Amino acid sequence: MADVALNPSTAEPAAKAVDRASVLRGFRLGDLAFFNLTRGAALLVLVLLGGVIVALIAGALPALQTFGFGFVTSQSWNPVTEKFGALAPIYGTLVTSLIAMLIAVPVGLGIAIFLTELCPPVLRRPIGIAVELLAGIPSIIYGIWGLFVFAPFLQQTLQPFLISVFGNIPILSSVFAGPPYGIGVLTAGLILAIMVLPFITSISRDVFETVPPVLKEAAYGVGCTTWEVVRNVVIPYTRVGVIGGVMLGLGRALGETMAVTFVIGNAHKISASILQPGTTISATIANEFTEAVGDLYTSSLIALGLLLFVITFVVLAFARLMLLRLEKQQGK
Amino acid sequence: MSESVSAAEIAAARPVSSTQGLKEKITVRNLRFYYGDSLALKGIDLPLYDRKVTAFIGPSGCGKSTLLRVLNRMYDLYPGQRAEGEVLLDGNNILAPKQDVNILRSRVGMVFQKPTPFPMSIYDNIAFGIRLYEKVPKSELDDRIESSLRRAAIWDEVKNKLNASGLSLSGGQQQRLCIARTVAIRPEVILLDEPCSALDPISTAKIEELIDELKSDYTIAIVTHNMQQAARVSENTAFMYLGDLVEFGPTSKIFTSPTDSRTQDYITGRFG
Repeated sequence: MADVALNPSTAEPAAKAVDRASVLRGFRLGDLAFFNLTRGAALLVLVLLGGVIVALIAGALPALQTFGFGFVTSQSWNPVTEKFGALAPIYGTLVTSLIAMLIAVPVGLGIAIFLTELCPPVLRRPIGIAVELLAGIPSIIYGIWGLFVFAPFLQQTLQPFLISVFGNIPILSSVFAGPPYGIGVLTAGLILAIMVLPFITSISRDVFETVPPVLKEAAYGVGCTTWEVVRNVVIPYTRVGVIGGVMLGLGRALGETMAVTFVIGNAHKISASILQPGTTISATIANEFTEAVGDLYTSSLIALGLLLFVITFVVLAFARLMLLRLEKQQGK
Repeated sequence: MSESVSAAEIAAARPVSSTQGLKEKITVRNLRFYYGDSLALKGIDLPLYDRKVTAFIGPSGCGKSTLLRVLNRMYDLYPGQRAEGEVLLDGNNILAPKQDVNILRSRVGMVFQKPTPFPMSIYDNIAFGIRLYEKVPKSELDDRIESSLRRAAIWDEVKNKLNASGLSLSGGQQQRLCIARTVAIRPEVILLDEPCSALDPISTAKIEELIDELKSDYTIAIVTHNMQQAARVSENTAFMYLGDLVEFGPTSKIFTSPTDSRTQDYITGRFG
């Protein structure tokens, strides 16, 4: 048996060996091509990211050179005298996102908890589908709905109510100072909350579903109520995933343009009251790009874009850092 | 496991315990259990004696775990599962709708097949259950945690890392941590659902020793696929088959002279 196999004089096995070698060469070529294709796709991301950063910095350079660090600390935005400062849009971006997260995180987690832990099976699918549909609505629709329906509604109901309730409380009275315009920072925050809600809900629902049933049973088994199980087992177990969902929502809130531009009022000023009009970075860019005459004006808008990029990056980096520390605490 | 010693020999070597004059901690009467439309328990009648170990044996799917899950109403969590009949704990029917399941579960603790430490520190895993029911000062809490961990024979292994995550322990340690957690709440009945099936022989031996110690204070029900284990740890054994309770009696009798031929076949390994 071994003799036959090792005998090179037999013509047939030799021909087969040649065949196999060429087939293997073909495989190697295919592998090489596959490797280079996927590597190329991966490198493309780096090139794109690098290109965007370089273009942003190059475009922003004239403005940053003219105004220096004052660009981020100055509030004035005057195209006529060409004095530009980004403080108002930065403030507006942060405050609208903060309002959005304050509302969307508890509501989103609440929906997710209800869907996974408490909801009767009949309702589970309809509510789940509704949440996903909410995520699918284009932002321009939120914008027109916000401007024509939601803002007038707030002007007549919520805002007068807030003004009258908090009117006599020292610090809160300036946060909720009138008059009720309808549009403004609060309205933008509320619209953003509605927009990021589905992200937070669907991601937290997905991670809540990954909790092993036996772990929940163990918690119920020591006599926990549903609230105690969620509070002490489900949320700690899924903390990393939930924070990921919240950060994704925050990323969207920081960068959202169209809907915010419709309802925020686009005023370059910082007011203590969240009922007053303001602006965000993305709303400013979207509103003023067409009318930006002069290099310094254009450059200032690009510098705003660079700032938004930096803010988003810092937020994501901070989230990562927080997750790392959490994992260390848990001793993983 | 030392398979050379048969379950019958182990059981025969145990002192014969009489069931006469024992207090029934739990009495199961004509219990029928449904998963949706399918009947999983077909009318079970069974006593669990106070401060004794009762073992449930039988092939997979015979309803052992289901019966255990009725005893602390764990099935409540899942719509479509329901129980009929009576389960009396100290004379009160725990299947009654007005029964508070949280209080029931604090009286009837459960340890699962797989270890289920909560995602928190070792200390908090034990403190968690205690804090649910009682407000105890820190020093007393520390004492309770130490004594629970000692009872579960894990204190020496974890006393220097109480702040480490419960998930960082090995499988056997996690299981003993879960037993400590159950003991810490001071239940009256402990249900063990194949507590050793995921453990190595040394951890298994430790847990069996533990069961032996715990029965001086607690009524224990254990589901196991390991005949030797059932023979080693229990006073009474219930053999179940296809949702029926085939035979119930003192362990020594079940393993040496069972009355039903199906019991005989199962314990001698002819099926199951």
